Amino acid sequence: MDDLLREFLTETNESLDTVDVELVKFEQEPNNARILDNIFRLVHTIKGTCGFLGLPRLEALAHAAETLMGKFREGAAVTEEAVSLVLQTIDRIKGILAELEANEGEEPKGDDRDLIAVLEAMAMAEATPRKEAPKKNHKETAGTLVAQVLERELRPGEVSLDELERAFRETAVEIEIPAAEAPADEAPAPVGIDFARVAAEIEARMKQANPDGKPEKTKASAEEGEAEAEAKSEKGSVSSQSIRVNVETLEHLMTMVSELVLTRNQLLEIVRRHEDSEFKVPLQRLSNVTAELQEGVMKTRMQPIGNAWQKLPRIVRDLAQELGKQIELDMIGADTELDRQVLELIKDPLTHMVRNSADHGLERPDDRRKAGKIEKGTIRLAAYHEGGHIIIEIADDGRGLNIDRIKQKIVENGLASEAELEKMSEGQIFKYIFAPGFSTAAKVTSVSGRGVGMDVVRTNIETIGGTVDLKSVQGKGTTFTIKIPLTLAIVSTLIVESCGDRFAIPQLSVVELVRVQNNSEHRIERIKDTPVLRLRNKLLPLVPLAGLLKVEVSTGKSEDEGFIVVMQVGNVTFGLVVDGVFHTEEIVVKPMSKMLRHITMFSGNTILGDGSVIMIVDPNGVASAISTAVTSDTLESHADTDGARGVENDAKISMLLFRAGSPEPKAVPLSLVTRLEEFEIEKIEHSNGRDLVQYRGSLMPLVYPNCDVRRREEGTQPMLVFSDSGRSMGLVVDEIVDIVEEALNIQVGSDVPGVLGSAVIKGKATEILDIGHYLPLAFEDWFKRKEISSASLTRKLLFIDDSAFFRNMLGPVMKAAGFDVTVCASATEAMRQLGEGAAFDVIVSDIEMPVVNGFEFAEMLRRDARFRQTPIIALSALCTPASIERGRQAGFDEYVAKFDRPGLIAALKEITSADYGIAA
Amino acid sequence: MTATSHTPGAAANDSHSGSTQYVTVFIGGQLFGLPIHKVHDVFVPESMTRVPLSAPEVAGVLNLRGRIVTAINMRRRLGLPQREGNHGIMAVGIEYRGESYGLIIDEVGEVLNLDAAGREANPANLDARWAEISGGVHRLSGQLMVILDVERVLGRMHGDLAA
Repeated sequence: MDDLLREFLTETNESLDTVDVELVKFEQEPNNARILDNIFRLVHTIKGTCGFLGLPRLEALAHAAETLMGKFREGAAVTEEAVSLVLQTIDRIKGILAELEANEGEEPKGDDRDLIAVLEAMAMAEATPRKEAPKKNHKETAGTLVAQVLERELRPGEVSLDELERAFRETAVEIEIPAAEAPADEAPAPVGIDFARVAAEIEARMKQANPDGKPEKTKASAEEGEAEAEAKSEKGSVSSQSIRVNVETLEHLMTMVSELVLTRNQLLEIVRRHEDSEFKVPLQRLSNVTAELQEGVMKTRMQPIGNAWQKLPRIVRDLAQELGKQIELDMIGADTELDRQVLELIKDPLTHMVRNSADHGLERPDDRRKAGKIEKGTIRLAAYHEGGHIIIEIADDGRGLNIDRIKQKIVENGLASEAELEKMSEGQIFKYIFAPGFSTAAKVTSVSGRGVGMDVVRTNIETIGGTVDLKSVQGKGTTFTIKIPLTLAIVSTLIVESCGDRFAIPQLSVVELVRVQNNSEHRIERIKDTPVLRLRNKLLPLVPLAGLLKVEVSTGKSEDEGFIVVMQVGNVTFGLVVDGVFHTEEIVVKPMSKMLRHITMFSGNTILGDGSVIMIVDPNGVASAISTAVTSDTLESHADTDGARGVENDAKISMLLFRAGSPEPKAVPLSLVTRLEEFEIEKIEHSNGRDLVQYRGSLMPLVYPNCDVRRREEGTQPMLVFSDSGRSMGLVVDEIVDIVEEALNIQVGSDVPGVLGSAVIKGKATEILDIGHYLPLAFEDWFKRKEISSASLTRKLLFIDDSAFFRNMLGPVMKAAGFDVTVCASATEAMRQLGEGAAFDVIVSDIEMPVVNGFEFAEMLRRDARFRQTPIIALSALCTPASIERGRQAGFDEYVAKFDRPGLIAALKEITSADYGIAA
Repeated sequence: MTATSHTPGAAANDSHSGSTQYVTVFIGGQLFGLPIHKVHDVFVPESMTRVPLSAPEVAGVLNLRGRIVTAINMRRRLGLPQREGNHGIMAVGIEYRGESYGLIIDEVGEVLNLDAAGREANPANLDARWAEISGGVHRLSGQLMVILDVERVLGRMHGDLAA
């Protein structure tokens, strides 16, 4: 295949895609002459080019389509059938082009007389029988267009480079049109790029000098001028600034830059070892240049996501016709850019999801009318950046997912039992549509319903490190949210050491670093051989990297000294124990050899600055190794990100299980426990009618959860220590059993003081203790003392949380901090209170609530002038940067994790004192 | 380099004549030969990175002029005892299915141009581990050279792990 033909194929395919889009627009706006001109020009160009290249079949088709469109330009009515026919023609052209490409430039045999006949018949029927009519009309349009365009185009000094480049690029177009079309008065020589240019330019200048006057030109040259000018209006602005580069060339460039980055890193490493090296300065420059080059090359790989959407309007239009629906496709953020590699990979999933929305999501017009909606359904595509990720939303305003159908399908396919379904939240059940072979379409259409789809969509998205999530409201519509990384090529990592080997951990999942030593503030503690770390009054599960990788632990080094890399994967947080932490390094991920690819703990390897190879730890692999539950729940965890309703029941909480007084297990949230201690029985003293131990230089009162708990006679006594503001209380227990991570769902409330209720933990009914009840038992003034100190400052606080557990737990905490707390179980209840005129100095609201969630509540408050200044603090089980940002946007002043009591108090203090500052 | 289906007794000669060049190496005192067109280079492995959780035969990964090479410990692959000390080990660089591998051996010998006539199939009583990766035996004066079949050395490991 010669270059000319290849160029033609690329160019024409692009033009055809544009025609697709434009035609759909045109159907909706039949009176928009500009759109019609665009289409006409594109088809015209195709026709001309085909004639030039000797492709009679294509030429005949394009000609017939052009004739029909010519009628439209004359003012013939644009009917749906006509547009369909043109689209059909374009499809045929595409088919021929595809074969052309496959056959190395041989136009496939075949006959298009059927289609041409219909086109011609319609053209004849449409309007005037006069043959010349379209062309004449043509000229007029050309005249006005040229003048308008050229005025802008030919500012002084704009001729030089631009012109030259265009001359190169548009060679094909410019030669072909005259050759195919014009009997050429101006005689554009077949090889004359320059002639064509000069001709057009002379013409242009003349017109510019005389904008209103009709140029004295022949029909042919005017037409040429038109093609020229329109080419400018369309392409001039864009294509003169851009060139077409083979993707392979770019890929190669990217690889080379990656290598350059690696080499640069190596040099930096060498220079780092030599002080006062004369290489330092030039190397610094090399480093900067490399960084810029890297950025530049990355940019060349970036493409607007609109490229992946280009085919969608056409697809939706065809679907609408086929399914007898009215569909509007709304595309927002089409210029959002992402790496072309990523773009390629999401193209198909996106198309599939839009098809699905059109087919399953949207109802037929009559159904919509019955449901009280407008007949035209809308599919909204939106793309935007969010912290190193691209978020793509596909939303429809259709019927929403049918939960009963899904349940039925789940049971039919044996994916879960009815009993299991009973326990699941809506969100969890919806997730099943991503299961392999799952389709709820009652009938299989040509569009969807074949059950290959959403699982493939999910797999495709997950292979590029993305996630997909959905929300659906019955009767209101369904929204899919896809989150994908910007690029896959370069990753910033933290280099750590474990047992003499170095490993790279992607920075993205590293939250913080903690140094632990036996005698320092942070030290590793153990519960039944499970290492944990107390970090800001929370217990963090720990796992040694060496153990995870099964490398023999080198002796000599204390197991309890080293660094802890606090990592977050999904909503699971854990600490990875390593021996040393070096620095961070930008690395280019290289795939592992096939022989190593089965090791899930690593995602790849790379060459470091010092030339050695390093393995890259895969945070997902580690997380799933820590608890197999993590992977199976990743789907759910993403649901939380958007504050999906009904999440409360799904949120996992680490619970400390113990026995006290009875064989049945009891539990408290692990994060409330400051420490676990065992005291020698002899150390327990009795004074003033209660048991005490000397603990950290002061006396710590011991509290017994119930009268059945007996102090042990000998040995050591285990207890849970709760600390707050320098005071500690020991809760005496019989035995510490385990730490489990489970969804806390208190099913049976309790009237017994000190017991919040019962929940099923590890399959057993477990009493959940109310620590708030015991604290005053240790110090009667536990809560009061602070109240007194701040009595004069008592501020009114409104606390909203749908969970009784948190209301009971945090209510007293805030009361203790000196607030007059009003508790509401829902946002609506809170609104009622506010509506009745209750005034509050500060509002603390849960995020994950049914009916009205925290975000919506905050947004509502901010819209009301009365509450615009009231500080609002968000309280959420989920604290990801994304959700924090979302909270900020909704109008929250602070965003605090649910179990972060000190954080909450600090936030409250800060906000209220800032308040005073202003007031004073 | 496919397995010959001859029975040991009948396998006096390969039917086709011509000669093959072999790069000879020593592993645990035994002479092995690799067809020269399979060998990309011979290098001294330096700063090898261990890969935890990998197959025991995988010695680690290393950087060979900007490429990441997976090193295979041939002694372990052949079920031989590990060498004491780390001095003077060598590696033979080969390409397999688009990836770079380094076979870690004790010593590199000379390049031999051997006539196909001197080649025999594996003796029936050869250790199964060896028979699995040997493409036959060459009778040299004074010693025997086992032909290392690269495809089978690596292919079997691939297969094992993929399964």
